[in-house]
Amino acid sequence: MKDIFVLLEHRRGEMRDVSVEMLSGAAKLGGSVVAVLLGKDVDEFANKAAGYADKVLYVNDDMFENFNAEAYQKALSALIKEHDPGMILIPNSAQGVDIAPALAVELEAPLVTDITAIEMEGDKPKPTRQYYGGKLDAHMAMKDADVYILTVREATFPADEPSKSGEVVKVDNPVSEEIAYRKFLEYVEPEAGEVDITQSTLLIGVGRGIREDKNLPVAEELAEALGADLAASRAVVDAGWMPSDRQVGISGKTVKPKLYLAIGISGAFQHVTGMKSSEVIMAINKDPDAPIFGIADYGIVDDLFKVVPKLVEKIKELKGA
Amino acid sequence: MNVVVCVKRVPDTAESEVHIDASEKDIDKSRLSFGINECDNYAVEEAIQIKERLEGNVTIISLGGKDSDEVIRMALAKGGDEAMRLEDDAFVGGDALAVAKALAAAVKDLEYDIIFTGALTDDDGFAAAGVALAELIGVPHATYVKDVEILEDGKKAKVGRELEGGLMEYLEIDLPCMLGIQTGINEPRYASFKGIKQAAKKEIALKNASDLGLDASDVGEAGSWAVLEKFTPPVVGEMAEIFEGEPEETAAKLADVMKEKGLV
Ligand SMILES: Cc1cc2nc3c(=O)[nH]c(=O)nc-3n(C[C@H](O)[C@H](O)[C@H](O)COP(=O)(O)OP(=O)(O)OC[C@H]3O[C@@H](n4cnc5c(N)ncnc54)[C@H](O)[C@@H]3O)c2cc1C
Ligand SMILES: Nc1ncnc2c1ncn2[C@@H]1O[C@H](COP(=O)(O)O)[C@@H](O)[C@H]1O
Repeated sequence: MKDIFVLLEHRRGEMRDVSVEMLSGAAKLGGSVVAVLLGKDVDEFANKAAGYADKVLYVNDDMFENFNAEAYQKALSALIKEHDPGMILIPNSAQGVDIAPALAVELEAPLVTDITAIEMEGDKPKPTRQYYGGKLDAHMAMKDADVYILTVREATFPADEPSKSGEVVKVDNPVSEEIAYRKFLEYVEPEAGEVDITQSTLLIGVGRGIREDKNLPVAEELAEALGADLAASRAVVDAGWMPSDRQVGISGKTVKPKLYLAIGISGAFQHVTGMKSSEVIMAINKDPDAPIFGIADYGIVDDLFKVVPKLVEKIKELKGA
Repeated sequence: MNVVVCVKRVPDTAESEVHIDASEKDIDKSRLSFGINECDNYAVEEAIQIKERLEGNVTIISLGGKDSDEVIRMALAKGGDEAMRLEDDAFVGGDALAVAKALAAAVKDLEYDIIFTGALTDDDGFAAAGVALAELIGVPHATYVKDVEILEDGKKAKVGRELEGGLMEYLEIDLPCMLGIQTGINEPRYASFKGIKQAAKKEIALKNASDLGLDASDVGEAGSWAVLEKFTPPVVGEMAEIFEGEPEETAAKLADVMKEKGLV
């Protein structure tokens, strides 16, 4: 079996968790795992990756100080042509989705994005991915090819403890031409708001099921009765009903309150990533198939507008007693 | 500034049960409602806002059956100028790269400064067709875009990409380019009554594979590297304990658990 390339992801001096997760997952597929690292002053990450890989190929160059899809694509295609791996795993992150499809077109290679599992059929990966916002799993088949490109959803593979000591090989930057079309400018931090929901003990997560911003008092009354803070799904933030600092999820905050009560939230993976470590998760949703019930501890399948006012009454009773 | 926007008509499955059909490769769509893909709706708005600021025209392209006309017409009603729909039996079952090939052929003869796609589709969720399209036609790209500013000379744009945790990555990109638009970048407008009436009369150019110079073997399932073999229900962890009964009872049970756990 040919080698498995794993593209490591780092940003602003930190290696992102998905890197070790992918290396750990790749190690179970058979074949040698080659960690591929592009960066500037990333010797430390290269050494860390060696604990999970049979080999680390890394490039230290100013070109990779900050992420640039154009530079990454050129470097990866050169490394793939030179080393001939059988597949490459790329994080299905904001970086990964900006590279993988173009790389696949350039290399005329099969691409399956956002995979949540891989089985091997001989030397060929058979990935699983989700459709319809997590409502179905799909088993994918690919035509035979020299190299398969897969982007991997975060937290797909558990991160193992380091158990290898792969050879660390620093290679010259394979990209000789200038990066002409895209130029990194800066990072801009999201704005902080009044309440830091990462510090809240009790959170009510409000989703699109609330329908309109004029219905928000329904959730506010619950929050008040319980002494909880309000959080939101992206749908609610995009609609402008709640400020972005309340957003929970992959592009928002990660929260671990004692209680996360989701009302009218479907439970998309991107939301769940930000709240699944909450101590107790409760959900009220009228759709019995809503993925949120798969991670909640307790649920009510019903109209939130009927249940929440009753819940407010009950909580007030309990508190009064 | 001429802008092309790629839009897809998708089923709304957020609030409905999804049933796998007999082929195991598709779902029963008979009871679902459909609309424009969420990100694509923001892409249409962004295109119209650019046109309003800088003049030019907006072309809407969709690959899909006749029903996709309703999605196209809504985009025209909001301010789109021209439209094209790509339909051919050969296009069916295509992966993101095969869809991108058809879109690439469709934009080939257009004059554009920017192509917008959505960041990803609500149904397939590949997050790939736009970036693949850019590579096929040889223009630079950026996806997960949540801020676009056309710079003075109209030859470059300053673009903000939304990363994990809401961090924004700003970059400068040469035009023409392809930008994959993320939700929340703007506030999509509603079409006016007048706009809807005017859009009803506009022509939607219909193109099949051969009109686009594509061979049936290049597109659809035949032209795809990856195909869907089979749908299965998702593997869920341990399901929540679901309380049954009238709201009065279920709310009481939930409140009791809160009490038990020391949360109230
Ligand atoms: C790159 C990327 C990053 C993302 N980052 C995030 C993120 O950080 N956070 C995030 O939340 N999302 C994120 N998303 C979006 C995510 O995929 C979902 O679209 C979003 O979480 C959906 O929000 P929702 O659950 O509120 O809405 P929907 O999915 O529309 O769900 C609404 C739910 O409300 C229920 N409902 C409707 N009416 C009622 C009622 N009367 N009573 C009870 N229930 C009702 C419905 O059954 C449905 O389950 C991201 C997406 C992408 C592509
Ligand atoms: N059938 C289609 N017709 C037009 N545009 C499409 C189609 N499929 C995908 N796209 C565009 O490509 C984007 C990304 O799609 P996907 O790669 O499927 O997630 C979408 O948001 C659309 O803008």
